[in-house]
Amino acid sequence: MLYTPLWKRILILAICIWGIVAAVPNLNYTRVETHNDAAKAIAKAGFATPQEEADLALWPEVLPSKLVNLGLDLRGGAHLLAEVKVGDVYTQRMEVLWPEVRDALRDLRDQVGAVQRLPSVAGVLRVAVTNPDGLAAAVEKVRALATPVVSLTGIGQNDIEVTVDGQEIVIQLSEAERVATDARTIQQSLEIIRRRIDLVGTREPTIQRQGADRILIQVPGIGSAAELKQLIGKTAKLTFNPVVGRTSDAGAAPGARNLLLPARGEPGVFYIVEAAPVVSGEELVDSQPAFDQDSRPAVNFRFNPAGARKFGDYTAANIGAPFAIVLDGEVISAPTIQSHISGGSGIITGSFTIEESTELSVLLRAGALPAELIFLEERTVGPELGQDSIDAGRTAALVAMVAVVLYMWASYGLFGLFANLALAINMALIFGALSTVGGTLTLPGIAGIVLTIGMAVDANVLVFERIREELRLAKSPAQAIELGYERALSAIIDSNITTFITAVVLFAVGAGPVRGFAITLGIGIITSVFTAVFVTRMITEVWLNWRKPATIQV
Amino acid sequence: MAWRLRIAPEKTSFDFFAYQKLTFGGSMVLTVVAMLLWAVMGLNFGIEFKGGTTIRTESAVTVDVGAYRAALEGSALGDVVITEVFDPSFRADQHVAMVRIGAQEGDEAVTPETIAKVEAALKVLDPGMTFPSVESVGAKVSGELVQSAILAMVAASLGIMAYIWLRFEWQYAVGGVLALIHDIFITIGVFALFQLKFDLSIIAALLTILGYSINDTVVVFDRLRENLIKYKTMPLRDVMNLSVNETLSRTLMTSFTTIIALVAMMIYGGDVIRGFVFAITFGVVLGTYSSVFVAKNIVLMFGLDRSDKPKTGKGADHEFANVDA
Repeated sequence: MLYTPLWKRILILAICIWGIVAAVPNLNYTRVETHNDAAKAIAKAGFATPQEEADLALWPEVLPSKLVNLGLDLRGGAHLLAEVKVGDVYTQRMEVLWPEVRDALRDLRDQVGAVQRLPSVAGVLRVAVTNPDGLAAAVEKVRALATPVVSLTGIGQNDIEVTVDGQEIVIQLSEAERVATDARTIQQSLEIIRRRIDLVGTREPTIQRQGADRILIQVPGIGSAAELKQLIGKTAKLTFNPVVGRTSDAGAAPGARNLLLPARGEPGVFYIVEAAPVVSGEELVDSQPAFDQDSRPAVNFRFNPAGARKFGDYTAANIGAPFAIVLDGEVISAPTIQSHISGGSGIITGSFTIEESTELSVLLRAGALPAELIFLEERTVGPELGQDSIDAGRTAALVAMVAVVLYMWASYGLFGLFANLALAINMALIFGALSTVGGTLTLPGIAGIVLTIGMAVDANVLVFERIREELRLAKSPAQAIELGYERALSAIIDSNITTFITAVVLFAVGAGPVRGFAITLGIGIITSVFTAVFVTRMITEVWLNWRKPATIQV
Repeated sequence: MAWRLRIAPEKTSFDFFAYQKLTFGGSMVLTVVAMLLWAVMGLNFGIEFKGGTTIRTESAVTVDVGAYRAALEGSALGDVVITEVFDPSFRADQHVAMVRIGAQEGDEAVTPETIAKVEAALKVLDPGMTFPSVESVGAKVSGELVQSAILAMVAASLGIMAYIWLRFEWQYAVGGVLALIHDIFITIGVFALFQLKFDLSIIAALLTILGYSINDTVVVFDRLRENLIKYKTMPLRDVMNLSVNETLSRTLMTSFTTIIALVAMMIYGGDVIRGFVFAITFGVVLGTYSSVFVAKNIVLMFGLDRSDKPKTGKGADHEFANVDA
């Protein structure tokens, strides 16, 4: 009659124990956090300092060490929402293209006459030729400047679109290229921002793309959003230096006016380069993944006119010698100059995969932000305010818990205590689940948990009220309990699914703290149904089979 | 029998339609009044919805709103609102105020210079003043947030409606959602009437009210569905009364535990989320009321198909067959 199979009991018990074990680290938040930081530092460095050893010993390795992330509103820190002006890049590209177009059409001077650039909107290049008969030839010549788009969706399309408007040639980036360019621009911006923030080494920054052209940056522990903005705005240093030598000796003396720099991605390899760069990143205007003559992945790059002249002169004089591409004091690569590179653009070949060539092209451009950032939203929360909020939330949760527990006990006696036990397990499960999925706890999230404390007993209340009704119909205790659970189930499921729908919607459309609230609310609904339907039922069953009461009072 | 705390007597037989004009009618009037209040007075939108900057100041010196305003007068910031914040958890020498500045020109949230200017101007009043939080939202984002907030409410309502329609019948879905609209609008009306700050977290609160209120309503509907099978000949109105009476003890019990928890949060949870918790608390009370006095009345107005025959024809006349009320 009232019997849950053994395997089911074991499963329920296992879930409860898992929840408690997974929630435990949060009770020792600072200790576990110190332990985790030490573990991370050791894994990164490959060895442990005595301090790190001591920190590591703060928390036993066998216990779970995942913690609930604290949102910025609780931990304190800065939050920025930046919009990347992707349109800037279109304009830059057209600026670079104009000299090429002019040079190309100059070769056809007999046919097209004089070439003139007309004013136009940003991102569009308008060119007029004096001889209308040569227009077709001119368009053809300009179209020949196009290169295929390197992207998954843009295969078979060219990067520029050349059309004729009256007597004018209109040149702009093609749709496919714009999409590819936007993606690259955002990716580069993300990469640059990430590198900047990693430089200051704060804990777990969040840097992610949001929507089409936005970047969300959250850095815990930083003083203010203004400070963060300065950091992101700083330019990276990219240089092209002549290589003097290559060594594996980290202590080698580079000699006067030379630098000893480590190679990126090759531990133990160092380059000695001349301190004075041939060209620097400020003179680089573009770099894109491409393919060389043999269709191997490669990276294209292009300088502005001044950089192009310097680079051209240097390469002409040093064919066969290596030069180093240096970013933030690390040698990214040191290719050998194959030929005189004139015209300001070049290609870096090597045994790249497509991913690597894309990455390198991103890195090559990582020197400067590809486009201007506009900060749409910024927030700073001081760590003290965050701590105050945590303390307030904790007090509120405890008071709520005690009040609800007493109230349930007074209302349902022993059964109320069963429900209270389930409520405690419920809390553990919420924290266990939050820790395991790496959820973020925000201040509204704490409110969500407090709300759950109130609402979690609802499923139990439904069951208990139903049992009371069945008892009034003179059913035996076991029968009444069984019917109570059975008949209350449809109300429990229906009412909780509708609430869950709102939690899902909140999660889908909400951002930041609101999303944190949605997560705790959603998890709370699942765990409260689980504890009410399975846990209290099992406790009741065990009690019933043990005491075998003739009558019960709910 | 051991003693038990009870809010509702064990068995009740209230006639919940007895004062229908006052309860249901009053609710309808209140909803309309709330809409008017919203339309006429408008909402005191937070920076998330209209753009701008809020700076929280903390000082050992008592807050004098007039002095703050005077200090900021020369900065040409446009619309500035200064409010003092009180909380029982504050220390004796902790005086907190919120300074709100209207949106600046353009998409950009705020310039560091503006914030520096405000902070410098306020520090004249108390050199030890700190600024525990600074938030600013640009006009572009705020416009989108308004859109997504409305979208969220509509999506949640439609989702709930679809689910109830699937599990029950369309009359229940309409009744349930209209009761929700009643809860939401009256809550918004209160925010308009008292010009309480309406920010993104209030939208989260409204969605929570949505979830709570429908939860309550569904429990009543579930019992109604069950009783309709049990008492096939009893008039719909009586079955409804019976169902509400039977679930009354549970309805009050759950509302009480929830409100206990929320009141604890309201008292001890700090000033940062007080508005949010207030909205939820208010909505929970309203949601409890609406599931007893509003939702079922709407279902009664539409009537229910209580024929046992399997539904073959889906025509409207069949849907409205055997209307009891």
